[in-house]
Amino acid sequence: MNESQLILTIVAAIGLGTPLIFATVGETITERAGILNLGVQGMMLIGAVSGFWATFHTGSLLLGVIVAMIAGAALSAVHAFTSITLRVNQIVSGLALTLFGTGLASFLGRAGSNPLVGNPSRKVFEPLFSGAITEIAVVGPLLFGHDILVYTAIAVAGGASYYLFNTRMGLSLRAVGEDPASAESAGVSVARVRYIHVMVGGSLAGLGGAYFSLVLVPTWQDDPIGAAGWIAIALVILSSWRPWRAVVAAYLFGAAERFQFTLQTLGEPWSAVPSTLLAMLPFVLAIAAMIVLTSGKRARLLGAPAALGIPYFREQR
Amino acid sequence: MERINMAFTRWRVFATLLVAFALVAAACGGDDDADTAGPAQPAEVLKVAFVHVGPVADKGWSWAHDQGVQYLKAQLGDAVEITTLETISEGADSQRVFEDLAAAGNKLIFGTSFGYMDPMLAAAENFPDTVFMHATGYKTSEGMGNYFGAAEEGRYLSGMAAGAATETNLIGYVAAFPIPEVLRGINAFTLGAQEVNPDVQVQVVWTSTWFDPPKEKTAAESLLDAGADVIAMHQDSAAPGQAAEAAGAKWVGYNTDMTEFAPTAWLTAAIWNWGPIYLATAEQVIAGTWKSEAFYGNMAGGMVALAPFGDSVEQATRDLILEREAQIKDGSFSVFPDPIINQDGESQPLGDIFGMDFFVEGVIGSSSG
Repeated sequence: MNESQLILTIVAAIGLGTPLIFATVGETITERAGILNLGVQGMMLIGAVSGFWATFHTGSLLLGVIVAMIAGAALSAVHAFTSITLRVNQIVSGLALTLFGTGLASFLGRAGSNPLVGNPSRKVFEPLFSGAITEIAVVGPLLFGHDILVYTAIAVAGGASYYLFNTRMGLSLRAVGEDPASAESAGVSVARVRYIHVMVGGSLAGLGGAYFSLVLVPTWQDDPIGAAGWIAIALVILSSWRPWRAVVAAYLFGAAERFQFTLQTLGEPWSAVPSTLLAMLPFVLAIAAMIVLTSGKRARLLGAPAALGIPYFREQR
Repeated sequence: MERINMAFTRWRVFATLLVAFALVAAACGGDDDADTAGPAQPAEVLKVAFVHVGPVADKGWSWAHDQGVQYLKAQLGDAVEITTLETISEGADSQRVFEDLAAAGNKLIFGTSFGYMDPMLAAAENFPDTVFMHATGYKTSEGMGNYFGAAEEGRYLSGMAAGAATETNLIGYVAAFPIPEVLRGINAFTLGAQEVNPDVQVQVVWTSTWFDPPKEKTAAESLLDAGADVIAMHQDSAAPGQAAEAAGAKWVGYNTDMTEFAPTAWLTAAIWNWGPIYLATAEQVIAGTWKSEAFYGNMAGGMVALAPFGDSVEQATRDLILEREAQIKDGSFSVFPDPIINQDGESQPLGDIFGMDFFVEGVIGSSSG
């Protein structure tokens, strides 16, 4: 592997990791409120199709992103209603959201007289910088070769981290996720905090989905995001509910996604490794990291919100 | 026809079964009720089902099959009632899908992906009154026929376009699974490229998926970064072409005319025309003359064709390709020589091309995945 191939592989890993950052940070915020939302895949697909739709009809990428976030938030509101107000099983509700979102996305992609399906995007996010700065050796492509959403993703992770650990509202949020009864007695509205953060999580999942349909694979096709929603849920655990770690985990995962193919182009001895083994690489990485992180004393440090997935009954305090 | 996507497939099959049970129950409950429940279907309506591995909206493999389904529908109209199931995983679980369809009264069931072969064979044994048709495999039984076509003929011609287009003499090939069908395609493509450019090499990467656009695009990018300036593919989506377009490289597609996804990169592709085999099979089943066989279509018969050329394909190359196409059609040129030079530079007998398990000279990568 030559130097430029290594750099291009890292650049690609950053691109592949970016939608995972959005979705993982979103799910982290949701789970910090004590709500487990397994509907990430569905919300991402809805974000992908609606963002594509808005850009397709208006030619505006900004509108595409906004519509994707609204759509993701709207779908997550369904989960918020069932899990917070109706207190149904969050796993069932989340899975239903994924099934519903997957079906709805492909339905919307084919609806109407001029369906989206099979159409390339009218506009695509281009790299933010151009000219001399991108041509600096190594640093140029690595730091300045990306579209604006790559930098936005890092900013979102940073903002989420600050919000969670340095603000009063972040403290309330964590309290609700750890011990909702105590939070409530301290004057925090558990339901309100949960609703807001489930929907913030949904909007970020929608944005992550739009990154696929407007940047990575800028065409509308059924199922354009692979298994990204499920990977994001694993990355939340891998990053132990901390947004900065989500950035690292997402890039690592992006690198593994890319590296399975780069390895195949490197010739002997790498080409002797069966490609099916390489295809497992991202998942092996995730499982290995989780085993290391969750074994022994480290498990306590992992930081899963104590009330995660448990319906909160106010009257049962 | 119904179009059902992944998420709802099981529910729809389940619901169909439920309705079927309800009808049976109603029929058993009282003979008169059955008549008043609605007009009985005319006996000549043939229920036909299609099972695809990807979404028919992939604009690739499954879409090409669905074009054939539309043709069948247009030709036979109300004489057929068509059900289409999409995104059905290959493997043992698909047997249940085939059996559900047979139980729901479909008398002719098509499965359009390699991995359905054994599950379909088992289903055909359990439902001897139903005609099963499997695409791309190599097994048949009394109740299961097989159909496929010589894509390698189109692959060879598209390889000629790629060989003429490359400047780095490295062509990247994004490939799904190391099965004979895919290996035939890669080898024919490479031989075609070598005919116009003896120095060309074809680097293969395996994705282990038929349809996963982000993964296929990533694989294509890794090939471009390794120095390839033409991308070819055995995948169901157009994503590798988008990678080529973005990098200013060229692209040979597959399955359908995919020009719209990457108009600058587009060279040409081997494409499919499934309509006639679907019509012929349905007519045979209706007439009661169907017999299990392994049907292998070709360019001369029209099942395989070459897509329109992209603008960048030079006239001299086009002429050369069209001349070869005519020779392939009239039988005076055969894509694979016998004996054939393998990846290690050794001459070996061609053998049975339906069990092809080696790469020809000039291919870089592992033929076992």
